[in-house]
Amino acid sequence: MALLTCENAAFAYDGKLCVEGLNFEVNAGDYLCIVGENGSGKSTLIKGILNLKQPVSGRVYAGDNLHVTEIGYLPQQTAVSKDFPASVFEVVLSGRLNSRGLLPFYSKRDKEIANENISKLKIENLRNECYRELSGGQQQRALLARALCATKKLLLLDEPTSGLDPAASNELYGIIRQLNRENKITIIMVSHDIHGAIGFASHILHLRSRQLFYGTKEDYINSEAGKKFLRRAGEDDGFLVF
Amino acid sequence: MMDFWFFSDLVRMFEYPFIQRTVIVGALVSLCAALLGVSLVLKRYAMIGSGLSNVGFASLAMASAFNLGKTPLRVAIPVVVLAAFLLLRISESSKIKGDSAVALISTSSLAIGSIVIASTTGMNTDVCNYLFGSLLAMSMEDVWLSISLSVVVITLFVVFYNKIFAVTFDETFAAATGSKTGIYNMIIAFLTAITIVVGMRLMGTMLISSLVVFPALTSMRLCKKFSTVTICSAVVSFVCFFIGIVLSFRHDIPAGASIVIVDVAAFIIFSAVSMVGVATGLYKKVFGKQKLGRFL
Ligand SMILES: Nc1ncnc2c1ncn2[C@@H]1O[C@H](COP(=O)(O)OP(=O)(O)O)[C@@H](O)[C@H]1O
Ligand SMILES: [Mg+2]
Repeated sequence: MALLTCENAAFAYDGKLCVEGLNFEVNAGDYLCIVGENGSGKSTLIKGILNLKQPVSGRVYAGDNLHVTEIGYLPQQTAVSKDFPASVFEVVLSGRLNSRGLLPFYSKRDKEIANENISKLKIENLRNECYRELSGGQQQRALLARALCATKKLLLLDEPTSGLDPAASNELYGIIRQLNRENKITIIMVSHDIHGAIGFASHILHLRSRQLFYGTKEDYINSEAGKKFLRRAGEDDGFLVF
Repeated sequence: MMDFWFFSDLVRMFEYPFIQRTVIVGALVSLCAALLGVSLVLKRYAMIGSGLSNVGFASLAMASAFNLGKTPLRVAIPVVVLAAFLLLRISESSKIKGDSAVALISTSSLAIGSIVIASTTGMNTDVCNYLFGSLLAMSMEDVWLSISLSVVVITLFVVFYNKIFAVTFDETFAAATGSKTGIYNMIIAFLTAITIVVGMRLMGTMLISSLVVFPALTSMRLCKKFSTVTICSAVVSFVCFFIGIVLSFRHDIPAGASIVIVDVAAFIIFSAVSMVGVATGLYKKVFGKQKLGRFL
């Protein structure tokens, strides 16, 4: 059974349809990249998958062996205020909250897991630093470590590289690929940075207020929607990747 | 000797039972306010204290106007808790954001309170006590109620500390990974409401916000972790309260005002230390990674 299934789902804000006709499934080990222009409904779909937003029709459901509290999430924008005092360790550890249930305090094991993920993302030296004083790339790594604390199965990443310079973006993509290949974590990633993102993906979902394409990356590159989108993205960037 | 004289004076002060009561209730309320204050300041709800205290004022005015018993706290607590939940609902579900919602509720209840007072008892000492604070009027029953409520607030805060951090730092993430953020927000609102009502008697409705806001802002000058900010706030709040109350008795100034002035002084000192520390690079040395930074 698929890890996650979307059946003819549609989402709306205040009665106004925003994205519809969503039909796809994500299997364990997949690396799904969601592409589309700004306002095409990518973040909305992510919220739907996370149960933060209910579909107006159709349904989105998780497979038998996936529970809501087992999804790791990296939000598009974390509205953390400029003056928020929190160390990287505190932020990462807070990813363990969902596994605590009603228990009030973190266990030794929770702290170990937080430290393991801090090491995995190579930010040990930042462990006691203040989160708000880190660079954008370092902050994203800390948030990714937090997301990893919440899951062993599925990571949802909403434009993880927006605001990062190309070098930091590539590093982050590298880490995400490693998590997918070596740690067998299923990835669903939103990106409009087409070449960096698609490179490692196994499947593509293309949205423009409805589902334009869903399938493997190879099929996408040869599809009508894919050709158009890739050509345009290539022109924007001044070079073609594929 | 000056020091000795001050000390014996202090000891004599604490021989009065009403001062003992004031200090116990005040210290507990200061702790509650400081603990919750960190979260409220960071959630941009700093003025919630002033808003809820105006609701408390209106309900106390009603209670005294209509002679609803000798323990007005019993009337004020449910009303203010309701107002806190309402506030949360308004700013969550609609387009009225936190600060405007607070202003709405705050001013409308102040208006109701003043109308009730003007058309019944008139401006008397009772009303003045609510506005500017006085513990002398507290009945023994109120004192015990205040003490037990404060203990409840502190206990619940400790139990929910990690969840409060999570919903304060990133509510979306907490909700996305399956935490019941609505419930935790309600717990914060509930604890705040109780703290405000209990604290109003000491600080007065005009000044109660300072008890919530100052310790958090002061400790955020120096501390950079949520845990240390919380602990530092509690300590700062307690020390400022104590100095403030002693000054208030010795110089016969209102307790609330005196505590706020000490809080202001602490804020200025912490800001100065932080500025000097950053400017001279001392901060990095002393509070840097290797040494105190592990704790701060
Ligand atoms: N909270 C909201 N209320 C009303 N409309 C929204 C809200 N969030 C997004 N929208 C609308 O839904 C559409 C899709 O938004 P979104 O999913 O954020 O797009 P994307 O992430 O692909 O850029 C946009 O037209 C946007 O204006
Ligand atoms: Mg988006």
